[in-house]
Amino acid sequence: MNNFTPYSALLGGIIIGLSIVLYFYTTGRLAGISGIVENAITKKANRISNILFLLGLVLGPLLYCYTKEPLAIALTLPDHSFTITNSYPLVITGGLLVGFGTRLSGGCTSGHGICGIGRLSISSLIATVVFVGVAMITVTILQQFGIYL
Amino acid sequence: MNDKVISLLCGVIFSLGLVVSGMTNPSKVIGFLSITHNWDASLIFVMGGAILIFAPFFYFLKSREVSTLGMEIELPSKQEIDKKLVIGSALFGVGWGLVGLCPGPSISALTSPGISGFAMFDPIVIIFLFSMAIGILVNKNLLQKTIHNKN
Repeated sequence: MNNFTPYSALLGGIIIGLSIVLYFYTTGRLAGISGIVENAITKKANRISNILFLLGLVLGPLLYCYTKEPLAIALTLPDHSFTITNSYPLVITGGLLVGFGTRLSGGCTSGHGICGIGRLSISSLIATVVFVGVAMITVTILQQFGIYL
Repeated sequence: MNDKVISLLCGVIFSLGLVVSGMTNPSKVIGFLSITHNWDASLIFVMGGAILIFAPFFYFLKSREVSTLGMEIELPSKQEIDKKLVIGSALFGVGWGLVGLCPGPSISALTSPGISGFAMFDPIVIIFLFSMAIGILVNKNLLQKTIHNKN
């Protein structure tokens, strides 16, 4: 596990947790990203808020780029030990499945994985075990075909 | 502070967490999913850290009826463990494994060059986001049709 970065992972997770807490405490809504995307596209209620949340997801990394100098020492960035796909058919298939699958099951890594498990929801726990397990099988199969090295 | 300002702020904080933990980088996520080869357990610490913060907070606040901004607390109705939950999660798992991006990181990957391994507004990420939106709409329309048929 030479790419294992537990400290930056835990710190990042705590920051994500704080965002979910603040969002729930103030708006009464759970920050599941796939749900926010669906609502931003299809629902009139809270549309501007939903779009602003997504805009925040785009602005955050820019902010980080301007302030990372002091943080850079504490946080080692992950190296590229695995090649990522640049095949358009794979990316399009992946995108369609992620969009369709998360909304069919009612949540993604944040909605089921963090908010759901945090609420002690059994169905979210099952959903998380299924999507993590299936994703691991998918990656293992792709590695057999030499797509991920 | 109204809910619009809060939403923007929460989106910013959320994405800082993703960037700090390296989750906008698909190769980091694939490292976690690569269970048989050079496994990287970092993603467990990201989810674990977030759950650790959210769970106790939720436990004490779940019985409230309105949020601090006076908005109704919106909790999902008790979800059944059914075909939709399992098949949806499995399809999401295949897509996640194919690309290494899930909804949150795929949006923040637009603007995290150097961290995500993508270029700024990389066409790959934009195409992924478009495909994801289409997937969401297809599900939405299918669901509405089935509900309509039932009535």
